[in-house]
Amino acid sequence: MKGAAEVRSGRAARRAGWFPAVLVLALAAALTFLTLPIVAIFVDSSPAQLLDALGEQGALDALWLSLRTTAASMAIILVVGTPAAYLLATRSFRGKAAVVTLVELPLVLPPAVAGIALLAAVGPSGILGGAVEAAGIELTLATAGVVVALTFVASPFYVRQAVAAFASVDRTLLDASRTLGASEARSFLRVMIPSAMPGLAAGAALALGRALGEFGATLMFAGSFQGITQTVPLAIYDRFSTEFDSALALSAVLVAVSAAILLSVKLVQGSEALGGAPS
Amino acid sequence: MLRVEARTHLGGLALDVSLEVRAGECLALAGPSGAGKTSVLRVASGLLRPERGRVECGKETWLDTEAGIDVPPERRRCGYVFQEYALFPHLTALQNVAYPLRGVSRSERRRSAQELLERFGLGPLADARPRTLSGGERQRVAVARVLARRPDVLLLDEPLSALDARTRAGAARELEAVLRGVEAPALLVTHDFAEAAQLGDRVGVIDAGRVMQEGTPTELAAAPRSAFVADFTGGVVLTGDARGGPNGLTHVELDGGGAVASTDRGEGRVAVSVYPWEITIEPEDEAPHGSAQNRLRAEVMSVTIVGNRVRLGLAAPQPLAAEITRASAEALDLRPGARVTATWKAAATRLVTI
Repeated sequence: MKGAAEVRSGRAARRAGWFPAVLVLALAAALTFLTLPIVAIFVDSSPAQLLDALGEQGALDALWLSLRTTAASMAIILVVGTPAAYLLATRSFRGKAAVVTLVELPLVLPPAVAGIALLAAVGPSGILGGAVEAAGIELTLATAGVVVALTFVASPFYVRQAVAAFASVDRTLLDASRTLGASEARSFLRVMIPSAMPGLAAGAALALGRALGEFGATLMFAGSFQGITQTVPLAIYDRFSTEFDSALALSAVLVAVSAAILLSVKLVQGSEALGGAPS
Repeated sequence: MLRVEARTHLGGLALDVSLEVRAGECLALAGPSGAGKTSVLRVASGLLRPERGRVECGKETWLDTEAGIDVPPERRRCGYVFQEYALFPHLTALQNVAYPLRGVSRSERRRSAQELLERFGLGPLADARPRTLSGGERQRVAVARVLARRPDVLLLDEPLSALDARTRAGAARELEAVLRGVEAPALLVTHDFAEAAQLGDRVGVIDAGRVMQEGTPTELAAAPRSAFVADFTGGVVLTGDARGGPNGLTHVELDGGGAVASTDRGEGRVAVSVYPWEITIEPEDEAPHGSAQNRLRAEVMSVTIVGNRVRLGLAAPQPLAAEITRASAEALDLRPGARVTATWKAAATRLVTI
C-alpha cells in the first residue's frame, strides 16, 4: 500500500514538473522568434554604417516626412477622436452598436483594401473626388494624402481604446463636477480627460505605432515619391533590393522609435499604478 | 426654502414624492436601498430629469416640466455630497476644494480653499491626493468642497455610510455642527433611521418611491402610520445622565424625570435606546413583579394598529413607544388617556455616549 502511494505521489510530482517545462519552452520559442529579427537588424550592420546610411538625403527626407505626417495625423486623431470617443462612452442611443462597429472596421481592413477604399472615396475619380478637387485640395500623390491614409488606418486604434478609457471613469465624478458649477464641456476637459489619461495615452501610443508603420494604404493612395509621399516604411521597401544598408538603417530607427513608444506607455501606466498604491 | 415634486418611472420604481425643506432646516429621508432616496437628490440637483416635476429653491424655479424649465446642474447652486464623496482623484485635497471657486484670482482661490481645509482640520493634508486620505478625511474634504460652492441647498447622500463604525460617531457630530451652521435648507438621505434621527430636524420615511410618513423622529417612533414605518424606525431614544450604579449596572437619570438601569457601561451624557417590542405594559398601580428593572409611568397618547401588533405612543417625561399584541391591548383596554406603567429589562437597554 505504502509503495503504491509513493508511486502515485512520484507520478504527481513528475506531472507537476512536466507542464511548467512546456510553458517555459513555449515562451522561449516565442521570445526567440519575436526578438531574433529585431536583434539581427542591429547585429547585421555596425553603428557607423547605420549613421552613414542615415546621412543620405533620401533617408533623411523619408524620416522628416514620416515625422511630419505622423504628427499631423495624430493631431487630427486626438482632436476629433477624443470627443467622439467621449460621446460613445457616455451616451446611449439607437444604433450605437452599429456606429461602434463602423468606427472599428478599419482595424480589420487589409491595408491594400484601405488604399483602394480611399481612392474610391476621395481619389480623382472617387465619389467625393470632384468636391475635394473643387476645394483645391490635392490628396493623391501629395503629402496631404499620406496624412489621410495614416489617419484612416490609425484612428480606430485610438478611438477604441479611448471609448474604453472614458467608460471606465466613475460617472459620479462627472456628476460631481456638474453640481460644483462646471459645464459639461469644462467637466470633460478638467475631469474626464485627466481621469481617463492612462487609457488615452495607451490608445494614442497604439495609433502612433500604427501610423509610423503604415505602408499599404499609403502606397496605394498616395504613392511613393521621395520627399512628398515616401515615408520611412515606403523608403525601406524602395531600397531593400538595391541599398540594403540604408533599408537596414531606416528599419533600426523605426525599431528604436517603436520601442520608445512602448516603453513610455509602460511608464505612464506604471506611474499610475504606483500612484494607486495606498500610502 | 427648497421644494421638490417629482413623478417618474425609474426601472421598476415609480417615484412620486413631494417635499419641502425650510431654510436652516435639515430633512432626512430614510428608507431601504432601492426606495428612490438618491433619485430625489438627483432630481433636486438636475442630474435626473423626472417625467413630471417641479423644483424650486427660494425664489428660483430650477425645474418645471409643465413650463419646460430645466436649469442645468452647473447653474443650480446645490452642494451635493456624494455617497462615496466623488473626490477628483487627479487633484489634491486643496485643488478639490478650490474646484468650485471661480471668477477670482488664483491666489484668492488658494487662500479660500486653504481656509476651508483649516476649518475642517485638514490644513496639513492640503497637498494629499484623495486616495491617500482616510474615509473620515475624504468625507471632510467633500463637505469642504461643497461649502466652497456657497450652496443655496445642501444635498447629502448617505454621508456617513462609507465610514467605519469608529469614525462615524465623530463624523456625525461634525456634520451636525456643519448643518447647524449653514442657512441653506439641507436634504439628507440615509438607510439608517438612527442616523436620520440624529442629523435631521424632521425625518421622512421613504419606501418604494413614496414618502410614507414625515415628522420628528419621536413622532414617527411613537405613532407610525404603517407597519413599514414602525419596523423601520426601530428603537425609542431617551436622553439622560449616566453614572455607575449597584450590581454593576449603569444608572441613568433621564431628562425630565425618572431613571432607568442598563447593563451597558456609560458615564455622563448618554442616549438610551430600547426597542418598542421590548417594552411591556402594565396597569398603572400594579405592584412590581417579574425581572424587569425599568419602570416608567406614562399616559397612552396614541394607539396605532400595525398588522397583528399595536404601537402605543406614550407620554412619559420623554416620549416612549411600546409595541404589544392586539390581544394584550384589548385585554388591558388601552385607549388614549389610559394611565399605564411601561417596563423593560436593563439588559434590553442600550447606552450610547453623546
